[in-house]
Amino acid sequence: MAETSHASAHQTGHAPHAEGTRRDFLYLMTGAMGAVGTAAVAWPFIHQMNPSKDVLALSTTEVDLSPIQQGQAITVMWRGKPVFIRRRTEPEVQQANAVNLGDLPDPQADSARAQRPEWLVVVGVCTHLGCVPLGTKATDPKGEFGGWFCPCHGSHYDSSGRIRKGPAPKNLEVPTYTFLTDTRIRIG
Amino acid sequence: MVGLHNSDIKNPTLRWIDQRLPLISLMQNEYAKFPAPRNFNYWWNFGALAMVNLMIMIVTGIVLAMHYTPHTAFAFDSVERIMRDVNYGWLIRYIHANGASMFFIVVYIHMFRGLYYGSYKAPRELLWILGVVILLLMMATAFMGYVLPWGQMSFWGATVITNLFSAIPIVGDAIVTWLWGGFSIDNPTLNRFFSLHYLLPFVIVGVVFLHVVALHITGSNNPLGIEPKGPQDTVPFHPYYTVKDTFGMCVYLMVFAFLVFFAPNYLGHPDNYIPANPLVTPAHIVPEWYFLPFYAILRAVPSKLGGVLLMFASIFVLFLLPWLDTSKVRSARFRPVYKWFFWLLVVWCVILGYCGAKPPEGIYVVLSRLGTIYYFAHFLIILPVLGKLERPLPLPESIAQAVLGGGGRMPAGAVAKPMEKA
Repeated sequence: MAETSHASAHQTGHAPHAEGTRRDFLYLMTGAMGAVGTAAVAWPFIHQMNPSKDVLALSTTEVDLSPIQQGQAITVMWRGKPVFIRRRTEPEVQQANAVNLGDLPDPQADSARAQRPEWLVVVGVCTHLGCVPLGTKATDPKGEFGGWFCPCHGSHYDSSGRIRKGPAPKNLEVPTYTFLTDTRIRIG
Repeated sequence: MVGLHNSDIKNPTLRWIDQRLPLISLMQNEYAKFPAPRNFNYWWNFGALAMVNLMIMIVTGIVLAMHYTPHTAFAFDSVERIMRDVNYGWLIRYIHANGASMFFIVVYIHMFRGLYYGSYKAPRELLWILGVVILLLMMATAFMGYVLPWGQMSFWGATVITNLFSAIPIVGDAIVTWLWGGFSIDNPTLNRFFSLHYLLPFVIVGVVFLHVVALHITGSNNPLGIEPKGPQDTVPFHPYYTVKDTFGMCVYLMVFAFLVFFAPNYLGHPDNYIPANPLVTPAHIVPEWYFLPFYAILRAVPSKLGGVLLMFASIFVLFLLPWLDTSKVRSARFRPVYKWFFWLLVVWCVILGYCGAKPPEGIYVVLSRLGTIYYFAHFLIILPVLGKLERPLPLPESIAQAVLGGGGRMPAGAVAKPMEKA
């Protein structure tokens, strides 16, 4: 059987090159099919570790701002992380705007970080190694720049949540949020 | 034997490794060059398929364990969350659930192949015994896995099966309490079943390894049941049987995929989508299909202890099989009478399975009893006696002679050359 198929390939001229051209083609196609199939099977097994639908469904959180007084700050949970919401006083806002951007490790204007100057919303996770900085409660140390202070490795953040001193490389992250009304925001 | 391994690998880096840890040589000798009888038919695919199936179960199982919560208050909901919320969770769970059924289909075929072609006979007794050990481990694993979704069938199946041990005189109740970790199936039971369900597959991997080692010592049996006498009777495992196994695997995966995508709950029981309720027993409790023949044997006997003993005996008798079958001829091809008894056993096993799914009344009890009698008679009476009485057909001189029709003396090279080009 082997010899007949071999001989007929020569007679019909479908394999003008050395024997195996047709076989190489089949090998390649089979291998490619196998690779595509394996990748198709691998994807569900990788994707299952991504956030599931119930986790994604909880990825926004709404906050009522009305009880927060000037100079006060609160912490809310969003995607399992703390979010600091501070109702800043006029001097705090002025202080944040007065900084020379060239002096900042991660230069960013305060106006780019707060949709409304009175309200600062930042993710309360230190950009160094993920601790939660102090400064939200009235009794907390606020660091040298009147914002937050991370006790883990000594990073100081200012009243705009920008890094000013210490090992952290970046400013506290500003999450996506929208003002639904004047006293209500949706984070995420 | 101390010193570097004598490696024939050319690549210097691989050679350096192979001299110190001869894994590549091992794989080449045991899976590439390994001489296998040249006359395997497709029934010889099922060992490799069982191996593939075990891997699929372990991979999907590890994934499911990432999302499952082994607590009576959360188990059912966490399984539903896998089905609805986890990305592709429905796919992975259906693969795992139907994979259990596929595993038993594959292993039962693998075992019946061994029965038909006499693969359990000397010198492969230990190979067979290790296989029966794997079957027992599989049964324990499958049973505990079925408890984890914490549905009605999970709960009541677990209750019935663990209560089997209460049939043991004197210590029975103490053993059941110990198994439960309490006075009923409850959270401690679920927790330990989850732990053991995760452990046992790796024990199976270990026993499978021994099974394969034993196989590579004795070599494979083959459809003729005669030993290969030289290179003319064998072909290298690769590419001949790697390709044949791969083809079989494609067919197997098609059947598997059909179940997963078109009939994912066909082999399951709808009652297991009702959360476990310790106050209400479902009207009709049945185990998963792969336990049904054994369940029929259990119910065939009108005595608690007797039924339990017979059910366990139906598996333990397989351990003795290599010595119960007194015929020296392996393959049923050359045993004209045994062949009929073999098919009779297959038919009775199917009938027992059917009876196990039916309520224990009327004709089903009668059939269960007849089936139980035949099952034990087959192994304990027919096989020992038949070996003495039966006149087997003449065996062929060699595998090559049988396959090539008188070409047994042909040198190996003359046969192999055109095959290599094919």
